[in-house]
Amino acid sequence: MSVLSGKELRIVGFLCNWCSYGGADTAGTARATQPTDLRIIRVPCSGRVNPLFVLKALMNGADGVLVSGCHPRDCHYSAGNFYARRRLEILKEFLPIVGIDPARFEYTWVSASEGQRWKEVVTSFTERIHRLGPAPKWADVTPRYDMPFSAPEKRLEPIRPLGCGANPSLPELREAIKKALAEGLEGVLGWKPGFDALHTEPVFMQTPEEVDQLVWGPFNVHNLANFLPQYKGRKIGVVVKGCDSKGVIELLAEKLIEKDDVTIFGMGCNGTVDLNRVLEKMPEGVAIENVNCSGNTIRVTAAGREYTVSMQDAAQDKCRQCTNPNAVLSDVFVGPRVTEPMAPADGRSGALRFLDDLPLEERMGFWKGQMERCISCHACRSACPMCVCRDHCVSDARDPAWLTKEDDVVQKLFFQLIHAQHLAGRCTGCGECQRACPMGIPVFALKQQFGRKIKQIFGYGAGMDVNGVPPLLAYQVEEPNIKEHELS
Amino acid sequence: MSTFYFAAPDALLGWLKKLAADYRVLAPRKEGRSVMFRPHTADELTDMDELLRRATASPKGAAIPHSETLVRFTSTKDAEDPARLNTSLEAPCGDVPTLLFGGRPCDARGFVVLDRPYLEGTFKDPYYAARRDALVIVSQACPTAFATCFCHWVGGSPAGREGSDILFTAVDGGFVLESVTEKGAKLLETAGFASGEDKKDEAEAAHRKAEASLGAPSTLENIPARVAARFRDEAFWIKETEKCLSCGACTYLCPTCQCFTITDEGSQLDGRRIRSWDSCMSPLFTLETSGHNPRAEKFKRMRNRISHKFSYYPQSYNGEYSCVGCGRCVVSCPVSLDIRQVVKHAVEGAPEIAQEAASKPAKPAPGAEAPKPAPARVKASAAASEPASPVEEPKEAPKAEAAPKAPAKSEARPKTGGKPKSGKKSR
Repeated sequence: MSVLSGKELRIVGFLCNWCSYGGADTAGTARATQPTDLRIIRVPCSGRVNPLFVLKALMNGADGVLVSGCHPRDCHYSAGNFYARRRLEILKEFLPIVGIDPARFEYTWVSASEGQRWKEVVTSFTERIHRLGPAPKWADVTPRYDMPFSAPEKRLEPIRPLGCGANPSLPELREAIKKALAEGLEGVLGWKPGFDALHTEPVFMQTPEEVDQLVWGPFNVHNLANFLPQYKGRKIGVVVKGCDSKGVIELLAEKLIEKDDVTIFGMGCNGTVDLNRVLEKMPEGVAIENVNCSGNTIRVTAAGREYTVSMQDAAQDKCRQCTNPNAVLSDVFVGPRVTEPMAPADGRSGALRFLDDLPLEERMGFWKGQMERCISCHACRSACPMCVCRDHCVSDARDPAWLTKEDDVVQKLFFQLIHAQHLAGRCTGCGECQRACPMGIPVFALKQQFGRKIKQIFGYGAGMDVNGVPPLLAYQVEEPNIKEHELS
Repeated sequence: MSTFYFAAPDALLGWLKKLAADYRVLAPRKEGRSVMFRPHTADELTDMDELLRRATASPKGAAIPHSETLVRFTSTKDAEDPARLNTSLEAPCGDVPTLLFGGRPCDARGFVVLDRPYLEGTFKDPYYAARRDALVIVSQACPTAFATCFCHWVGGSPAGREGSDILFTAVDGGFVLESVTEKGAKLLETAGFASGEDKKDEAEAAHRKAEASLGAPSTLENIPARVAARFRDEAFWIKETEKCLSCGACTYLCPTCQCFTITDEGSQLDGRRIRSWDSCMSPLFTLETSGHNPRAEKFKRMRNRISHKFSYYPQSYNGEYSCVGCGRCVVSCPVSLDIRQVVKHAVEGAPEIAQEAASKPAKPAPGAEAPKPAPARVKASAAASEPASPVEEPKEAPKAEAAPKAPAKSEARPKTGGKPKSGKKSR
């Protein structure tokens, strides 16, 4: 126990073995006076610092986290700190979305000879954390359960006209698929009617009869790219909306599937619905008798009454902001291409806009309230086309145990942070994580936060190029958009 | 003999507020767009309509919490002999008196399904038993069925009393409360409600109306044997589960799913052994330490889920299904996988089964008011004499579901370092 117990804060430092740890040693040997709040963890390289180390420390009560490594171009392993710089910069930009003050985290470079600089770094960072005071505790923040952004009047204005009418090219698409099946494809992933007229379900079509059941419309919500890796090595096809095609591209880019194995069938998409926004118009649990879509209007007959919902009301947030209504990559594109809108000024969902306007501590309260109802089913993970680890997810690992199995809001949110962090630069924005959540937790906002920061800093959007490399798996010696941070 | 009372909404609320002093009152609360059973203080019990909402997740957590501590352990160094550790154990068994308010008859029936594996047989689960003893269930008769409801397929009803201590029914101007068990009767005796004998008919009319609102009854017969007969038909299960994401949302929402895992959390010197929900949809659930996984493919996992509910469980427990037809798995499935359809397809296309095997699970056609069927539990000797029976193969499975898994394994291993160990070995 420190003599300064009570006055000291908890700061965790991850120091690279070759430079900063040596620098700290130099400062010690020189008898430099330093604050004692920092607890040092020696790592082989700043590139070894998994951003989850930092997140785990901050989520579990650290008041500050400092990462220090060799100066760029001076890495013992040549490039470790180049990778670290990208990851840690993006992490710092991510933190505010969950209500963690980004000032509580810093990364810097100190060489083994810079004892004096180490002293300054430690002193100024510790002073900064003391100015911020102890980090707010998850146990103390007031949970917030409401989702004001989901109210109808708060929904975003679509940036292009959305529609739900029948696509006249559907018969042509069916024919194209039948032809491909006849020419040797084992099956084609598509959608067929589900248990009622509002639901569709994914289907692996193998016979012409099954192809005749193929539907296309606002209820084709599932991203079928998710299923592709499980057919690896088999010649199959997949029907895609624009957003789904980005998932296929990202899987191809990461070499999780082979282009020769997959035939992509595309058609222009006029938007899909958030089913909850349709169902909220009618009494809960009512039996759906008929659904009629034309133009911009969905007419649902349920228990003898007709309910009218416009696409304006019902569309998913992602469709309102969609810039890729046509398949970005396809082998067979049927029908006319939908006019693509100019890129929107901002691609934020309602949830992200709402969070941007909240003070930091209230964001913590928001996530605490939302995650309280998480049942840890991890449907978000299973529905994610880019969650390719499947049954080897680190969150299930027991050694090291990133998570406990306890029913605890910090554990549940930390799982979401793991998910979001592993998707940084890979998430194509299909929003399936959130759609699949049986509890309706707006988890997509976390991935969007990473997505927009990566767009800002690296100008990269996942799922646009089969030769693309996610920015966090690459580096540049000179990063034009990453500035060194001042430590005071 | 049940007694009937009548209470206006305010009187019912007042009663609940009073009970909140002695009970942890779990009742539906809207959070985001979901409805969860949450503890309510007297001050939070203000709006009757809010308390009558149908919950998105089942209330099974009242008896099997998402995670519960089985043992807390702390070790300290012996003052005399520092090489020795003194370990103290504490088993926090028991629960505060809990009142579960506003669940539906299917929710209440879910506890009956859970009771069998946890309380029957040689080993009674003391943790579960303590929570069940402390639990009073006050259920709401469904005013109307949802499109996804199918309680009548599996022997339930929108006004079923099984599992409830008190059943209340909304009628004009208030609620008719009916005592179902002694526990319930005692609570109602002191509530000070007016007699509801004269409103009994009104409540019954409401029950009939709700029953009429259900979809077509099931015409499936011999479900347990037929589902079991499908076991080897892998092509069938692959086709049915092609769209499944293997996420397990269904199992976590289900009022009867009871799979769990046991893990040690914290450090070896100060930690806790917890039991938490697990899911047979997860590939890790059956992964063995050797690396072999008997249910590595998702079709095998879904086959297990369906078979457990509609075949293994009924064969172990008198033909009762371990599905109460609440429809939560249908509503919340990300790919709209409909358990009703899977069972229907399994049964309708099932291979011909031997007369003998067919007659074993003596569950009457759902919906039919038949006398209690004869026990269908197959004796080991009888089973051994029927080697050709298609129901043989999966026989070990139901045991594996409820019996504590593997914790003994981790204890047997030499302990190294202070890392938390898992009862269920995984990577």
